[in-house]
Amino acid sequence: MTLALDKLKPGQTATVLEVGGEPVLAQRLMALGLVEGANVEFLRTAPLGDPIEIRVDGAIALSLRAADARAVSVSPNP
Amino acid sequence: MAATATRDRRIALIGNPNTGKTTLFNALTGHRARVGNYSGVTVEKREGLLKAAAAPTTLVDLPGTYSLAAASPDEMLAVNLLLGLQEGEERPDGLVVVVDSTNLERNLFLALQLLEAGLPTVVALNMADAAREQGRLVDAAALAQRLGAPCLAVSARTGDGLPELAKALDALGGAPPAPPQCFPAEFERAAAELAAAVDPASAPGTGFLVRRALLEAEGMAERELAELFPGSPERVAAARSALEAAGLKPRSLEATSRYRWIREHVAPLLPKAPSAPRDALTDRVDAILTHKVFGTAIFLVLMAVVFQSIYSWSGPLMDLIDAAFGALGGWASEALPEGPMRSLVADGILAGVGGVLIFLPQICILFLFISLLEDIGYMSRAAFLMDRVLSRCGLSGRSFIPMLSSFACAIPGVMAARTIEDPRDRLATILVAPLMSCSARLPVYTLLIGAFVPDRPVLGVLNLQGLTLLAMYLVGVVVAIPVALLLKRTILKGKTPTFLIELPPYRRPLVGNLLHRVIERGQVFVVKAGTVIMAASIIIWGLSYYPRSLDVDLVYDTKALGAEMRLASAEAGALEAALAEVEAEREGAHLRNSFLGRFGRVIEPAVEPLGWDWRIGMAAIASFPAREVIVATLGVIFDLGAESADDEASLAQKLAAATREDTGEPLFNLPVALSIMVFFALCMQCVSTLAIMRRETNGWKWPAFAFGYMTTLAYLGAFAAYQIASALLA
Repeated sequence: MTLALDKLKPGQTATVLEVGGEPVLAQRLMALGLVEGANVEFLRTAPLGDPIEIRVDGAIALSLRAADARAVSVSPNP
Repeated sequence: MAATATRDRRIALIGNPNTGKTTLFNALTGHRARVGNYSGVTVEKREGLLKAAAAPTTLVDLPGTYSLAAASPDEMLAVNLLLGLQEGEERPDGLVVVVDSTNLERNLFLALQLLEAGLPTVVALNMADAAREQGRLVDAAALAQRLGAPCLAVSARTGDGLPELAKALDALGGAPPAPPQCFPAEFERAAAELAAAVDPASAPGTGFLVRRALLEAEGMAERELAELFPGSPERVAAARSALEAAGLKPRSLEATSRYRWIREHVAPLLPKAPSAPRDALTDRVDAILTHKVFGTAIFLVLMAVVFQSIYSWSGPLMDLIDAAFGALGGWASEALPEGPMRSLVADGILAGVGGVLIFLPQICILFLFISLLEDIGYMSRAAFLMDRVLSRCGLSGRSFIPMLSSFACAIPGVMAARTIEDPRDRLATILVAPLMSCSARLPVYTLLIGAFVPDRPVLGVLNLQGLTLLAMYLVGVVVAIPVALLLKRTILKGKTPTFLIELPPYRRPLVGNLLHRVIERGQVFVVKAGTVIMAASIIIWGLSYYPRSLDVDLVYDTKALGAEMRLASAEAGALEAALAEVEAEREGAHLRNSFLGRFGRVIEPAVEPLGWDWRIGMAAIASFPAREVIVATLGVIFDLGAESADDEASLAQKLAAATREDTGEPLFNLPVALSIMVFFALCMQCVSTLAIMRRETNGWKWPAFAFGYMTTLAYLGAFAAYQIASALLA
């Protein structure tokens, strides 16, 4: 199953399939480890609904906007 | 010239944000940084002499970055500096890459990019103590072998490994490392061919720039390359197409190749990750601090506590400074003979400096809070909490830190805006940052609130004075929102900026670092007080003292003589009282006659709707060099008008006693005080901020714009405050 990164639920983990969208943003995300095959954990959503907090491959948590996370397609882990 | 032979070695310090790079810089240089600016760009330059170096070595602190794929001027500066392309800067002789050992894989991405820059490089595995505690410390020798560059485990916080790092820096030199081969052979071939085609002379650095240009989408490297070699864009495009034809995706090639290399070569060196979460404490704390209800509530309470406490904790210290300057002023009045010199010292210099220094305690307390929140790691949580709100204003969570800093002073706030990637977002932040109530407004608020807002409890625990102060801070925020939105929808129209930050583990703050920053901020303020404000104080004193009209003196000499004759035989006190009155009138007449007074009179019709008289108007104009000058100005203006008043009476009491010249009613009341405060909350009366804006935006256009819009808003706001408060209190 393919899902947009921002659609994961808190605590859910997934594998990154592709980082699409605007090239500059995509390269930013990839530089931070969001590359194909990386393991990503959805930690939480900010109290006001945006941005979201994720952890990539067990590294330090990252925060990005849901709109930007939408460009990352993931496959949720069972 | 022989000078080149004795040139200091230069080593650049570079790393991701949150790697303790600044702490390492401070530890290696002994807290002695020279701070300046790079010519032509807006990035801050920090340099310091290496403490324990065998030969004189300058350490250059570069801005924190996650990647050399330059998306901001800061990152491009780093690339240019590494290649020796930065105007006016020599190419460094070596590099220290600072890496967070607890976050090794992500940090190595940048390290791998840097190893290709062709400079002798040392990798400092910082936070080794924390990594060891977590059981994640990499074997430095094994990593060094893989990377082809020396790696040293250090801890800038504890000082562990720093002597070894200093030794490695002494030994740094010679041939650059052979970087690890991360990329497929097709890419290497294409890059080499492109470099040869673009630059047959094969200048050092071209190879690196060509690789960057190939790897980065819409990157600055491509633009830089095009500037150096006009024919390059077509060649780069052709080479990219060729890569794609070979089945490589240029867009993701760099990240996938480097992370694959890290996974294959570095991950096996790491001890097996414990099954427990990376930082259980941080996760538990974050569950509360970023909680929908508790997190927001804690954030708001924290901010309220900060402002309430700078208002009350600083009290005793302020009283002390107040008393000291009162005593100094009294001493000066007695020690110096009557005349311009006594007036200058007592009413110009001492009143000016004392009126500014008194607020040092508040500035220090505020900066202690800001530094503490930053060092603990709460600032990025605040950005996380606030991004939604700020993005609604066309800004981003990244604007939060510049904005919050602007509550202390717009100057660091405007400077902090360089961390914002999107130029429009950055400009909008710079333009609205001065609307945040800075510490220079605090003197104005404190003076007027203390004198004219009743010290009355509200709802038991709160206090009307504290609430008024909070309201003044909110005025700027409330106005900044529509202003930022309007800017982003009109002159700064563009796509929404992106928000991408790390939420680092919570860390125990270092007391030394905190104190260093508090003292540094205090020094900045005092130096400013000692130069700009002092100069303004003396100029304002001169403008209000001169011209010394002989006609005025003649009138009041005659009056004094008349009183003496009339009251020669009256009781002892009566003559003194009459003479004091004549002297006060004499000073009033001189003031009305002074350059400043004349100017105040000219603008009086314009400030009347604000509830001001010409004296307040002239004080506001005189505060153009810096907002806090209004306190000194009011001190001078009303001191001169009431020279016989008790020397130790505070300025607040003098203001409360001031009357309108036409009606004799008190000049200051609550509506007038509110009107002045709102004016100062919104105005751009700060030469230093304008100067820093000019530097940051590279011209006078934006500072002039900020001055224009803020003065207009300040006038309208003060008008509304006075009229509404008058109507409500009538």
